[in-house]
Amino acid sequence: MVIGLEVHCELKTATKLFCGCPNVFGDEPNTNVCPVCLGLPGSLPVINQKAVELAMAIGTALRCEIRPSTFHRKNYFYPDQAKDYQITQYDEPINVNGYLDLPDGTRVGVERAHMEEDTGKTSHAGASGRIHGADYSLVDYNRSGVPLVEIVSAPDMRSSAQARAYAAELRAVLIASGASDGKMEEGSMRVDANVSVRRSPDEAFGTRCEIKNLNSVRSVGRAVEYEAERQIALIESGERVVQQTRHWDEDAGRTVALRSKEDAYDYRYFLEPDLVPLVPDSEWIHAVGDTMGPMPAVRRARLVELLGDAGDVTEAQVDQVATVVDLGLDGLVMAAVAGGVGSGLALARTANEAATDAESARRLDPERYVALLTMEASGALTATQAKAVLAELLSAGGGDPAAIAASRGFETMSEDSLAATVADVVAAHPEDWERYCHGDDADRKKLSQFFTGLVMKSTRGQADGKAVAAELRRLRA
Amino acid sequence: MTSPRPSTFLANAVRSGARSAVDVLEEHLAIIESGDGEVHAFNLVTVDLAREQAIAVDRTVHAGEDPGPLAGVPVALKDNLCTRGVPTTCSSHILEGWRPPYDATVVDRLHRAGAVMVGKTNMDEFAMGSSTESSAFGPTRNPHDTSRVPGGSSGGSAAAVAAGFVPLALGSDTGGSIRQPAALCGVVGMKPTYGTVSRYGLVAFASSLDQIGPFATTVADAALLFDVIGGHDPCDSTSLNRPTPRVLSVLDDGVAGLTVGLLTEFLDGADPDVVARTREAADALAAAGARVEEVSVPEVVLGLSAYYLIAPGEASSNLARYDGVRYGLRVDAADTVAMNRATRSAGFGAEVKRRIMLGTYVLSAGYMDAYYNQALRVRTKIIEGFATAYRRCDVLLGPTTPTTAFPVGAKTGDPLTMYLSDVCTIPTNLAGHPAVSVPFGTGDDGLPVGVQVLGPALSEGTILKVAAVVEAAAPPLAAPVLAVGGRA
Repeated sequence: MVIGLEVHCELKTATKLFCGCPNVFGDEPNTNVCPVCLGLPGSLPVINQKAVELAMAIGTALRCEIRPSTFHRKNYFYPDQAKDYQITQYDEPINVNGYLDLPDGTRVGVERAHMEEDTGKTSHAGASGRIHGADYSLVDYNRSGVPLVEIVSAPDMRSSAQARAYAAELRAVLIASGASDGKMEEGSMRVDANVSVRRSPDEAFGTRCEIKNLNSVRSVGRAVEYEAERQIALIESGERVVQQTRHWDEDAGRTVALRSKEDAYDYRYFLEPDLVPLVPDSEWIHAVGDTMGPMPAVRRARLVELLGDAGDVTEAQVDQVATVVDLGLDGLVMAAVAGGVGSGLALARTANEAATDAESARRLDPERYVALLTMEASGALTATQAKAVLAELLSAGGGDPAAIAASRGFETMSEDSLAATVADVVAAHPEDWERYCHGDDADRKKLSQFFTGLVMKSTRGQADGKAVAAELRRLRA
Repeated sequence: MTSPRPSTFLANAVRSGARSAVDVLEEHLAIIESGDGEVHAFNLVTVDLAREQAIAVDRTVHAGEDPGPLAGVPVALKDNLCTRGVPTTCSSHILEGWRPPYDATVVDRLHRAGAVMVGKTNMDEFAMGSSTESSAFGPTRNPHDTSRVPGGSSGGSAAAVAAGFVPLALGSDTGGSIRQPAALCGVVGMKPTYGTVSRYGLVAFASSLDQIGPFATTVADAALLFDVIGGHDPCDSTSLNRPTPRVLSVLDDGVAGLTVGLLTEFLDGADPDVVARTREAADALAAAGARVEEVSVPEVVLGLSAYYLIAPGEASSNLARYDGVRYGLRVDAADTVAMNRATRSAGFGAEVKRRIMLGTYVLSAGYMDAYYNQALRVRTKIIEGFATAYRRCDVLLGPTTPTTAFPVGAKTGDPLTMYLSDVCTIPTNLAGHPAVSVPFGTGDDGLPVGVQVLGPALSEGTILKVAAVVEAAAPPLAAPVLAVGGRA
């Protein structure tokens, strides 16, 4: 199969592309509007400099050539299109000829990444929620004029796994470049896939179909897989693939035809006379590049390096590294390791616990975080206690880990006190102890957890799980 | 010889407290009341709002502050300029009832200069026409002869100034829509350099050609109004971000040493009496010390054809937004596409529909290169042709229109004949240059003739001082006498 992806990315600007209205998701409908984004007669667009900078940031991150560019009008009627044309870049886009390297080493070409404005949002009132059979329709223009960059890949992907990897990697890059929040569930990043099949890599490309409405990385993979199989089945049964735009039905897990090539609109593109060409000088382009941090691939490599030799890194850790970088929490891991915390612990706490509230975690004072993990690593806090303190650090937006631990009465139990508690628990469950002492390895592991749980319960989490297990082994021996 | 400055005179009287703005306003409202039934220059006279504005101007004067260079001067606005809370119709049913939530930049600047807006003037629907007959609200009549058209599309503004309803008015000029009606109504009208006056709040017809400009009874008044409305506006990306020449101060510098090119292509198609007046104006300039020579710019004859591809192309896109969804007229139907079709069928007049269809056609796949793109290439040729002429000449001179005002209804059945009315004005728009029409005598029918002074980009100061010399040499024009009321 041959796959190319077109990704629409909403830029994370404070205001819209051509007016000063706030660019915010989820506000009361039609509250962030003005004559310009409502397309009122007489209104005129003025380009948002910040949006241009974010578009150039995307171009820089995707190794594109950043060029002088122009805007065109794409003319079509739709109620959520305020002017009944969309202002978009056409034959002279701002970014061309870039690429994105996937984690598996595949290089996917990026043909262009151009700027355009978003439309409003139509909702259909009525039982079906779709346009057919609707009693009436409502349009929210809050999204009208929100800045977008459309990133068009070359048809360089050959499997649904690669398509998924491209979408995930692109999302990470968009977030890392500061251009987008990457929230696919809010429509900040929307993916269309062009899919075709052929019998062998030597043949010319087959007829392609464009799949719309891919709202998660997972659905990109599923839809591409389904569509390729659909096309293969058609060809094997002697039929041919018709060039179409198809809609991905997430619930049904299939694509359905929307319109064929013959129904394609004539958009009557022409140069937007209300705007002037965009000619960023090299100083501006470089200034944008200079403010950008390293891209995800580089940051992941740095973390992996901390974990030791490549052979020692588990698959779970690879996932943790990806999570930490996607959420922008790699700084915390780096700080912890620099402060003497083991890389495995630093990565695990960050990927598993800090990641649950990434927004607060990104605001956390790294020194506090390092102090907390140091307490855990030294045994001053048990894992359970450390997690509880971290949760409070995140929800309170900061604080002194030692003080939080003290206020909760978290103290490491003395060895004597721990031994006494373990002895009490063992004495209370003689049959289980018998099985622990004489059962097989699986039994012993299960019962070790059972006793540890009881100890934790009676000490309200103050005991160190590892110390309990060691004490159990000592008693048995 | 200095160009008369009636608006400056009026404003100074108000600024000094010698006259009240309210008094000036009431005098003009009375003239409108008595005369506009016959002329129909206005779609709407904003009596209450004008009184509020006049009172505010007087209050400013009483507070010892200066309301500005247009203090208390009544101004009429073409009905395609957005006025906050005041209906802005473009003389089309499709916008009936729409009240813009904002003021055009020029409206704001007028207000800051102390002007008093008295109303919105009639026009060809969406500025498409040369006679103000395509208005959905009925034609405007020429105050010099009410059986004749005032020209268009800014016919209401031209007639309002000619009839003495207001000393100043604003229009918009896409292919001659200020200069042609100025010529036919015997007033001064200027299309400024593209980008010198903000288009923010001007309802678009053809965005790359549209430009707002002044109507006045004298060259100096037009210059004064231009000085007030011109200058960079961050709300218009095509607004020039450089100092706009202040023109009022250079008006009386004379033409000695200037080279004036008499544009032969414009003389070729014009009526003999119009040609005669143009040559007399040229003689007057020579007498005042200018060097006058005949100049040919062969490319300008291609202007009309190129214009009728470019302007409709842009218009077809600009007018797409009148779809019944958000504002203005809505004719309900089974679904949105049917509603859109029904609304546009009912809301637009014949000329607008003709141009939307023409424009849609020239931009469509397979035809765009042969029509629209070819017209853009012609546009470049015209710019080059003018550039060659301006290496020899400081300004060019020609008639503004080939004829004097024609009878109402004479050309409505034949669009192509109507289009020819703008043959001398269109090339300036395609080039983005400024040009001013100044009255110079009358034709054989006794109706006003306009002479046009053209210049390169940002030459407003030069063309206006040439126009001031033409104005000074012009035979006096009889004031129009309206059948009803008339002027004191």
